Amino acid sequence: MKKYIDTGKKDTRSGFGAGLLEAGRRNPAVVALTADLKGSLKMGDFAKEFPDRYIQCGIAEANMVGVAAGLALTGKIPFAGSFAEFISGRVYDQVRQEVAYGHTNVKLASSHAGITLGEDGATHQTMEDIALMRALPGMVVINPCDYNQTKAATIAAAKYDGPVYLRFGRPGVPNFTNPDEPFEIGKAYVMNEGTDVTVFACGHLVWEALKAAEALEDEGVSVEVVNIATIKPLDEEAVLASVRKTRTAVVAEEHNSAGGLGELIAGVLAANEPLPLEFINGGDRFGQTGTPAALMQAYGLDAAHIVEAVRRAVARKR
Amino acid sequence: MYTDIQLKNISTQVRRDIVRMVSQAGSGHPGGSMSSADFLTFLFFEEMNHDPATWDRSAKGFDAFILSAGHTSPVYYSLLARTGYFPVPELGEFRHYGSRLQGHPSVDKGLPGVFQPSGSLGQGLSAAAGIALGKKLDGDPGRVFVMCGDGESEEGQIWEAGIFAAHHGLDNLVAMTDWNNQQIDGTVESVGGLGDLEAKWKAFGWEVIVADGHDFDAIRAAFAKARELDGKGRPVMILFHTDMGHGVDFMSGTCAWHGKAPSADQCAEALWQLGETPLGDY
Repeated sequence: MKKYIDTGKKDTRSGFGAGLLEAGRRNPAVVALTADLKGSLKMGDFAKEFPDRYIQCGIAEANMVGVAAGLALTGKIPFAGSFAEFISGRVYDQVRQEVAYGHTNVKLASSHAGITLGEDGATHQTMEDIALMRALPGMVVINPCDYNQTKAATIAAAKYDGPVYLRFGRPGVPNFTNPDEPFEIGKAYVMNEGTDVTVFACGHLVWEALKAAEALEDEGVSVEVVNIATIKPLDEEAVLASVRKTRTAVVAEEHNSAGGLGELIAGVLAANEPLPLEFINGGDRFGQTGTPAALMQAYGLDAAHIVEAVRRAVARKR
Repeated sequence: MYTDIQLKNISTQVRRDIVRMVSQAGSGHPGGSMSSADFLTFLFFEEMNHDPATWDRSAKGFDAFILSAGHTSPVYYSLLARTGYFPVPELGEFRHYGSRLQGHPSVDKGLPGVFQPSGSLGQGLSAAAGIALGKKLDGDPGRVFVMCGDGESEEGQIWEAGIFAAHHGLDNLVAMTDWNNQQIDGTVESVGGLGDLEAKWKAFGWEVIVADGHDFDAIRAAFAKARELDGKGRPVMILFHTDMGHGVDFMSGTCAWHGKAPSADQCAEALWQLGETPLGDY
């Protein structure tokens, strides 16, 4: 199997901060907005280098989304950032009217997504945001897997003309993708080729899927790992090409079951290639306080649980 | 420059358009459209630097207008048509299937003159502040105008935007509140208890002008004052005292006509009361 080297734990939000700085250097239209979370969103370097293009909005996310839309009309490329819950659920109607329906060129920078936000607990851990954002016509939804890919995705989002929801996380996680690979919106990345089963994963779960594949290789199970870095628009062609080869699959995401990547891929398979599918997700519940690692384990989102799901998926093969 | 008599003719025609559009569509929001018709007529015909021929959503080099209280789309559409953004007869397509004149303002069918969708209340002031900030970043001298409802000002986001615009010194932003003291469920005081709007906006760091929204001399003076305040460090709020349904006695001063269409007979009565104008109906 393809070997991935963890070059050292890095948070994906720092990948966003680095990508934002790079995008800002490449294009003077890029501006950054935050609702009192400059440090958490790693916007400090951008703010330092481009003080006039850094806009502090105070703790008023609804207004921030509207201001971002207005700035976009004047030709700016605004990245409006907050914690995932506060830039999705809290401002859903603002995003719907001002960004999606208005089709303004706003990038929603969604940090601390999922259960791995950790100790702050359920008020801050959104496991519903992919569902919310997927439901909006025209919204691009991206959930990159590590620091390098988040940086590249941020640069790609700045180049793309239209609304983008860019989801990333808080904790340090393995950084393993090629730092020189540009990000292609709408492309699924085959991380490891396999023949017996496919694991579709996004965000932090891509590394867990690779670890699971490695463990299963020793048992003689050949696992294909596909990184669904862009959830919308989904790379249906890549999804179908993979399952047509492996004939069974697992979908793994740091998100609840309703409206997530699992249901999305289930819909594609049901319509095109009805095949067994197993799911790794948070189910239908809220998060709670804990370390990211403990929560991943408790909510069934780690490599060990993916291994079990793969065994179930393989057993169901017809 | 338009005389008060010319402006009065235009706003009367705008009211005729409003009543006819809503009556023909069988739905829509005439009350707030008619209360804001006079000061918005002045804004579109006299005050705003805009050119329908070169308009686009970027607002570069000209003034922008955002209708935050999106339900008052009839007054907006009438003024856009009457100032040349699209053919006046298109007003007859208001609320029809496939029309560019959606129930609430929309951009996805490409109606010229509309910068942003509105209808979900409380959001337009934020969008206007964003355009104003974008203009400042670009050194663009254009101003941004936005109209909010008084009932709409019960939305918390209005006040978020109020804090933001003052904090960032958006002195190229001119907001107007159509202070007709009516909303769907009754008077604003009975429903939301907004209290002293003038004191509230002053406390938020805005320049506040209060004027009679149906007297063209007062409207002219209010906009002249706002123009003087352009570039002086603070956003401007003009609170226009108005009368819901103004111009037609049975629609006036009540919340009953917030979102109700006049019947054919009521429409005829309203048009008779308003009287004909040299501009003519669509």
